[in-house]
Amino acid sequence: MSKLVIIGNGIAGVTVARHVRKRSDIEIMIISAETEHFFSRTALMYIFMGHMTYEHTKPYEDCFWQKNRIDLKQDYVDEINTETKVLTLASGEKIDYSQLVMATGSQSNKFGWPGQDLPGVQTLFNYQDLLLMEENSKHAKHAVIVGGGLIGVEMAEMLISRGIEVTFLVREERFWGNILPDDEAKLVQQHAEIHGVHFKFSTELNTITAGNNGRVNAITTSTGEELACDFVGLSVGVHPSITLAAKSNMAVGRGILVNDFLETNIADVYAVGDCAEIEVVEGRNRIEPLWYTGKMQGETLARTITGDKTKYDRGIWFNSAKFFDVEYQTYGFVANEPIDGIDSFYWQHPKENICVRITYQTDTQVVTGVNTFGIRMRHNIWQHWLSHHCTLKYVLQNLRTANFDPELFRHYEKNIITAFNKQYPSNKLTLSPLQWLTKRFTKEQTNAQ
Amino acid sequence: MHNNNTAWIAPVRKSGVTFFTLGFLVFIGMLFSNQYKLTEQTLKPAINNSTHLQLIQPHLNGLMNETVTNKISFINDIRHTFSRYNDTVYQRYHISTTNIDALLTQVNTMGYYDLAMLTTTFNSQDDYSTYKIKKLTDYTSWLAGQQGKTLAEISEVINEKSSEINAHVLAEKSIDNYAVGQYIYALVKSSSSGVVSKHTALFFIFSVLLATIGALMYIIPEKFSAPAGIKNDNIFKNSATNGGLICMLAMTFLVLVYIALYFFPEYIIEWVSLVDPLFKALNGQGASPWSIYGFIYTLAIIVMGIRMFIKYRHSNYHIVRTGSIIFFQSCFAFLLPEILIKLNQPSTDLKNMWPLDYDFFDAWNLDSLSSSGDIGMFMLVWGITLFVIGVPLFTYLFGKRWYCSWVCGCGGLAETAGDPYRHLSNKSVNAWRIERVVIHSVLVLCIIMTGAALYTYFTGIKTILGIDTYSLRSAYGFFIGALFSGIVGTGFYPKLGNRVWCRFGCPLAAYIGLIQRYKSRFRITTNGSQCISCGNCSTYCEMGIDVRAYAQRGEDIVRASCVGCGVCSSVCPRGVLKLENGSTTAVIDHNMKDETMNIVQILSVEEQKSMMG
Repeated sequence: MSKLVIIGNGIAGVTVARHVRKRSDIEIMIISAETEHFFSRTALMYIFMGHMTYEHTKPYEDCFWQKNRIDLKQDYVDEINTETKVLTLASGEKIDYSQLVMATGSQSNKFGWPGQDLPGVQTLFNYQDLLLMEENSKHAKHAVIVGGGLIGVEMAEMLISRGIEVTFLVREERFWGNILPDDEAKLVQQHAEIHGVHFKFSTELNTITAGNNGRVNAITTSTGEELACDFVGLSVGVHPSITLAAKSNMAVGRGILVNDFLETNIADVYAVGDCAEIEVVEGRNRIEPLWYTGKMQGETLARTITGDKTKYDRGIWFNSAKFFDVEYQTYGFVANEPIDGIDSFYWQHPKENICVRITYQTDTQVVTGVNTFGIRMRHNIWQHWLSHHCTLKYVLQNLRTANFDPELFRHYEKNIITAFNKQYPSNKLTLSPLQWLTKRFTKEQTNAQ
Repeated sequence: MHNNNTAWIAPVRKSGVTFFTLGFLVFIGMLFSNQYKLTEQTLKPAINNSTHLQLIQPHLNGLMNETVTNKISFINDIRHTFSRYNDTVYQRYHISTTNIDALLTQVNTMGYYDLAMLTTTFNSQDDYSTYKIKKLTDYTSWLAGQQGKTLAEISEVINEKSSEINAHVLAEKSIDNYAVGQYIYALVKSSSSGVVSKHTALFFIFSVLLATIGALMYIIPEKFSAPAGIKNDNIFKNSATNGGLICMLAMTFLVLVYIALYFFPEYIIEWVSLVDPLFKALNGQGASPWSIYGFIYTLAIIVMGIRMFIKYRHSNYHIVRTGSIIFFQSCFAFLLPEILIKLNQPSTDLKNMWPLDYDFFDAWNLDSLSSSGDIGMFMLVWGITLFVIGVPLFTYLFGKRWYCSWVCGCGGLAETAGDPYRHLSNKSVNAWRIERVVIHSVLVLCIIMTGAALYTYFTGIKTILGIDTYSLRSAYGFFIGALFSGIVGTGFYPKLGNRVWCRFGCPLAAYIGLIQRYKSRFRITTNGSQCISCGNCSTYCEMGIDVRAYAQRGEDIVRASCVGCGVCSSVCPRGVLKLENGSTTAVIDHNMKDETMNIVQILSVEEQKSMMG
C-alpha cells in the first residue's frame, strides 16, 4: 500500500494531508519536531498577548488526526534516501515512503550582525520562538525591533501589550516600504506611533552589545546612534528551510526548486509552501511565504498526488494584515512606487485610519489592484472585478457591492465617489443604487456555486 | 507612552476597584445586620391563613418576644418549629388504638354506641380532642343509639371509620411546604428590624451606589487609554477572566445568591429592605426578593452595557445592539411590570414569551389575564402572537439575533455582564453533541408540560396517563426554571461561559434556532479564502461554535445556536466574517467549499459590457 509522508505540519503540509485524505485512502504521515499538533502560526501573537491559549490556536481537535487516519510523528528528519525511499529520524527510526512532500517552511533571516545570537536577541517564527519571547520579555523595559515588515509590527504590538517601550529600526524611509505606497505607510506609521512605537527610518542595525550579565544591553545603528535596550527583535524576513533538501540530492536555489506541479527534480518528491521555489521561464523564481498560498499550493498538490495532475495557479493575488487596530486588505497588484502606464486613485478619511487606493491602467482604465485600510472588502467581488478587467468607473460606481464591513458601520462610498469627481471634474460618477435583492444576493454575487 | 496625558487613568481605575470592593463588602455585610423579635403583632400579618395561624401559633410560643441577633439560628428555629409541627401532626391528631380501646370499653359496658361517649373518651378541651370528636361525630353519628347492632359490628365500624379519618389527618392538619416557605419568609421579614431599613438611603449609597460608581470609574477611563479597537489583552492571563481563582469566587457567590433567591429568600431580607422604598414608589406595594434581583440585574446590564459601549466603541453594531438590550431590560422587563402592578393590572414582561416564559399557560396566569378586561386579553393575544407569528417572521428576516442578542433579558445579561466570560464556553464537538440533545429535550419537556397544564385547565382532569399534570409543572419549574436557568445558567458564567442557559437549556432558543437553521436569511458570510485559522472567532464565540472550522474552508456559517452577537466578526484580524441577511441560500455544503482555489465566476455578456463601459 502506498504511503504519503509529509515533512512539516504547517498550513501547507497539513492542507496536503487533509485534501489527500478527502480524495484517497492511502496511508498518510506528518512528521514535525515543532509541536505535536498543527496550530496556527499566525496566532502566535495572540497567545503572547493573552487573547488565546495555545490550545485555541489548533484548528482541529486532537481527535481529528486519528479519526482521519493521519499519523503524527513529533521528530526531526535527519536523512532522506531518495533511492530507497527511506527517511531516518533523529530518534534513529526509519520510515519508508512512496511519496514525499517537503513542507519544511522557512527560517528567520539573520544577516551576521555582531551579537545577533546574544541572550535577549531573537526572531519570531515558530512556537519555540514564542516561548523564548515569553522568557526574554519578562524583565524587559525597552525593546528594539529591526526590520519594517509584518512580523516586526506584530512583535511591537506584543511587546507594547506588556508595557515595553518599542523602538523600530526601518531600513527604508517609510514603513513596509517595499510593499506600501507612501500614503498607506504614513497611515500605518502614525497609527503605530499613537500606540507608542518610536520609528527610526532609513536606519539599519550595526551591532548588538552585551552587558555584564551577558544579555543584550544596547545596539548601535547605521546612523551612529547607540540605543540602550534589553530586548532585540529581528524581523528582517524569512528564507526557505532547505538544509535537509539540499543534502538529499534535491535541486535547490533559494528554496527547493519545483515546477508548476510542485514537483522537485526527484520523482515522487514534492515541495509546498514557504520552502518551495517555483521556477518560472521569465523573470525571478517565485517564493510565496504566505498562509494563503501555502494553503492553495497544498490543495493543488493533493490533487496531483491523488492522480489528478494539477498545475498550481494562485489566481488573483490577495493578502491581508492587521496593524494594531487597522485592518489591511489588498487584491490584485498595487505597486509601492508609481509605475509607467499605471495610475492610482487614492482616498483617505480626514480623521480616521481609513483609506482606499485603486490602481488602473492609464490607457484602458482597467483596474489592476486595490489597497484598503479600515474598510473590509468582499474577496469574491474584487476577484471578479480584477479577473474580468473591470474599469475604474465601474468599480467606483459599484464599490458598495464590495463592502464587507459589519452591518451598521458607516459607509464611505459616497465620499470616495465625490472625491473622485472632484479630482477628475470631467467625470460625473454616481453610485449605482443599492440593488439589495437583485444584485447583492443573486447567485453571481455570493460565493454560491 | 502615549502622546496624550494618560497618567490619571491608572489611579482612577485603581480607586474604582477599591470603591467597588467596598460597596460590595457593605452589600454582603448588611446581610448580618438585622435583629429579629417574634411577637403577636409580627405573627398575625405574616401568616395570613387563619387556620394555619391557629395551628402553628402554640408551637411558636417558645420563640415569642425574644430578641435574636443571629439570623441563621432565628431562621433555623422557625424552620424547625414548622417541620416539628408537621412531623408530629399525625401523632397528635390521629385516633389511636388506645382511643379506640377506651371507646369500645364504654360501648361494651353500655351495649351500644353513643356520641356522648366521645366527650368522655377524649376528656380534654384541646384542639386535638375537639378535632377527633368532630370527625368521629361526622363519620359515625348514624351508628349512635340503641339500634340493636352487635358489639362486633360496632367495633368493626369504629375501627374502619377511624382509619378513614386518620388517612385525612395530614392533608387537613399539616402545612404544605410551599406555604411553610412563604411563612418563614414573611415571619423573618415582619419580625426583623435593623439599621438597613432605618437608614435605607445611607446603606443604598454606600453599597449599591458606591459599587456602581467604582465600576464606572474602572470602566470609563478605558476609553482614554488607547485607540478604539479589539481589547482582549491578557484575558487568558487574568484569573478574573480565565476561569481562575477570582472566577471561582465569583461563581460561588452567584450560585449562593441564586440558591438563596429560589429556596431561602429569608436570608437576604436586608437586601429586600434596601430597595423597598424604591419599589413602593414604583408599584405601590414594596419589594420582594425578586425585586432586588430585578434591580441588580438591570443595573448590571446598564453598567456592563456602558462597558460594552466603550470596549466596542469602534463598532456601531455592538453599540446599537447593546443600546437595544439596555432599553428592553430597563423599560420592558424592569419598569413596565412594576407600573402595571401600580395600575392594578396583571404584571407582565411584554417582551418575554413562551416557552422561555414557561408559566404563561399556567392556570393562574390565564385566569388573571382573562379576568382583567381588555388589557388582560391584549396580553394574552400578544403573548401568543409573539411566539406563533413573531418568532418565525422575525427569525426568517433577521435570524435568531433579533431576539437573543437584541431583546431578551437572559441574552441581555449574557451580552453585557457576561461578556468578560464569553471565551470560556466549550468549543469541542462533544459539547456541541450534548448541547443539541439537552436543549431540544428541554423544549420537548416544556411542550409536554404546557400541553398537560392546558389539558387540565380546559377539561378539569388532573392526571394524564396517571401522571399528575401539576407535578409535571412543578418539576419543570424546579429543575429547569430554578436549577438550570438560574443556578447553573447564570451562576456558572465564570466557569462555563456566559451563555450556558441560552446554549444548553433555553427552550425558546431551541425553537428559534430550528427556524434559523432551516428557514432564515441570516448567515455569517465567510470572505472568500482570507481565513488564517488563528482561532479568535471560535475562542470568543459565547455559544461555543467552532466558527473557524467553517471560515477556514470558505463556508458560510448557518448554525441553530448562533445568536448573532457579531463578536466573531469583530475579533477577526483579517475581516473574514460578516453577519448578514441574504436572500439566497448560504454556502453550507462544505464538500463543495473546502477548496479555496478558482472561485472566479463566469460573467454574462451583458455584465461584461457594462463593466467595460
